[in-house]
Amino acid sequence: MPMLIEREGVTAFTEAVDTFVRLAEDEAPEADHTDLLVSFARFQAEGEGWLAEGRRMGVWLSAVEPVEGLAYDLPRISLVALEFAKFRDGRAFSAATLLRQRYGYAGQIRAVGEVLRDLAKDMVRCGFDSFEPADDSTPEQWAASAFRFRHVYQSAADRRAPAFRERMGEG
Amino acid sequence: MYRYDAIDKSVIEDRAAEFRDQVARRLSGALTEDQFKPLRLMNGLYLQLHGYMLRVAIPYGSLSANQLRGLARIGRTHDKGYGHFTTRQNVQFNWIKLSEAPDVLDALAEVDLHAIQTSGNCIRNTTSDPCAGATAEEVDDPRVWCEAIRQWSTLHPEFGYLPRKFKIAVTASAQDRTAAKVHDIGLVLRRNREGQLGFEVMVGGGMGRTPYLGTTIRQHLPVNHLLSYLSAVLRVYNRHGRRDNIYKARIKILVAALGAEDFARQVDAEWTAMDRQAVDLPDIELARIRGAFGYVPFADLPPVSGVFEAARKADPALARFARNNVKAHKVAGYAIVNVSLKAPGEVPGYGHSEVRVTHEQNLVLPHVKLDDLAAVHAGLTAAGLAASNINLASDIIACPGLDYCALANTRAIPVAQSIARRFAEPDVAESIGELKIKISGCINACGHHHVGHIGILGVDKKGEEFFQLTLGGSGAEDASLGDVLGPAVAYDQVTPAVDALVEAYLRERRGAERFLDTYRRVGLAPFKAAVYADAH
Repeated sequence: MPMLIEREGVTAFTEAVDTFVRLAEDEAPEADHTDLLVSFARFQAEGEGWLAEGRRMGVWLSAVEPVEGLAYDLPRISLVALEFAKFRDGRAFSAATLLRQRYGYAGQIRAVGEVLRDLAKDMVRCGFDSFEPADDSTPEQWAASAFRFRHVYQSAADRRAPAFRERMGEG
Repeated sequence: MYRYDAIDKSVIEDRAAEFRDQVARRLSGALTEDQFKPLRLMNGLYLQLHGYMLRVAIPYGSLSANQLRGLARIGRTHDKGYGHFTTRQNVQFNWIKLSEAPDVLDALAEVDLHAIQTSGNCIRNTTSDPCAGATAEEVDDPRVWCEAIRQWSTLHPEFGYLPRKFKIAVTASAQDRTAAKVHDIGLVLRRNREGQLGFEVMVGGGMGRTPYLGTTIRQHLPVNHLLSYLSAVLRVYNRHGRRDNIYKARIKILVAALGAEDFARQVDAEWTAMDRQAVDLPDIELARIRGAFGYVPFADLPPVSGVFEAARKADPALARFARNNVKAHKVAGYAIVNVSLKAPGEVPGYGHSEVRVTHEQNLVLPHVKLDDLAAVHAGLTAAGLAASNINLASDIIACPGLDYCALANTRAIPVAQSIARRFAEPDVAESIGELKIKISGCINACGHHHVGHIGILGVDKKGEEFFQLTLGGSGAEDASLGDVLGPAVAYDQVTPAVDALVEAYLRERRGAERFLDTYRRVGLAPFKAAVYADAH
């Protein structure tokens, strides 16, 4: 199992236990699997039933699956896992931004795939709060990378005050 | 010059520290070369023929004298005494050691320079008019908007890993000195009938193997919404641009595939749904940026300088320099001086300690007193930099070519030098008039050959260097892509071919027509006949 790092509060990161069971495409959940992480297709087909059973649902989106497809289900989804098939494929940054800013999604957004600490800052800024690092990063290393920059220029999903607000004496 | 505040300084310092950590992890093996490559590219570090090349950003082409000296120091200490000005107002050092790269970034940060996003699939250095703030043509100073874009695009969390590189140019003059129409986004600042400033937004221009001119998707974007609108364009591109094929990944391919109208509709939908207030700079910040450029203390001078007029009459070389290299300034008694780099040497200090880099690989001293012109010319002459050839046949754009670049098929610099020698006689060059020759050593088109009045593209034919000629391109406000003349010619036949093209032009030209105008009027035939006459 890869380590899971979760954001805790504003600047802290801790190692977390992954409560979500990742179901393979042909696998049925056990009765004690209360938290399920499944593909978008599987969620569309069977999500309704699992939610009715009182399970918490997580949905795994590949880079080609638009977040718009989840829009109406978001209030019932506890976790959205966005996949970086390659770390230089930046589509998940837009996906996370839209989830937070356009849809007001308040659940967990997890970075999965080729997740390197060099992306920590961008991921945190775009609204990710859960990470499966592929480079053995520790929570301390993750925090150092995420907050290496003392100032940022843009407003983003993390609500960090951008330079132009700081210069106006705000934030 | 925009003066960095503590926040601006902190960003480039923190970036240099981050890169030092990444280099250490690469050298220790913690990062694979595959993982390190996109990271080093986003700091301008390329692996080239002779080792690493570092591309340094010169934001919108504007340098202080101190920054230029800083670049020279780096050239001496970490390179072999050279720097290469690029067509995107950057400078490249070709012999950088990976282990020294973090020190170079620190040395750059000391003079408020950096290599952030000079490569990689991200928003690159924004380019602009080298005569900004000095030409009377402009409706507003484009550097203010370039600086707003620089800050917005620097380490943007959403747009750091795009399908492909992304280049933005901003001009505020009717005469386009930025090649705006061959950029991913070209912005032309204008006033509408009500007097309000707005941008014409062109998208999907570009060169490379599939050249396109940009298409206008918005005629008059209110300036205060610039950043939110750019965000909308970038988001549509980040989400929907192709990532399966590097040659089809630029925004031009997406715009062509969707059609400009549909692309514009998607951008509008995105822009409408966006929280613009969070993204757009408030007026107070725009005013702060404008103020941070400072005030050039222009003297109150008469429009005609007796000193200069007398010197010009006495010295034909100065008169020629004034004819070709000196342009009108917005302030009476001042001039814009173009320094041709198509000759070796150093730059002396005049013009309020500010230097601009042009996309045509020259420098501009933006604010020189007419009274000082003779002294500036003398200083340039002493430094071997007084070539009076701006926009003439010997003022050639060339990429680094096979002498440096790992992508190139052919040499470019020696081809440029050979042509320049052919047209070195100043009277001959002046009688030919404006002639923009642009040379790329491969199909990636870094030398802008598609928009050369004469474009020259190096191609490899069974291990031999050949050169394809195109005619009639322009990167200016009358932008167009060149037409292929005919079969490629051998290395030693390029200069004779250009010679034949010029001879044909001189035979065909009417009145004060430029080469480009004559070509547009008469078409390919007489030029084709001139170059391939012997082949039949």
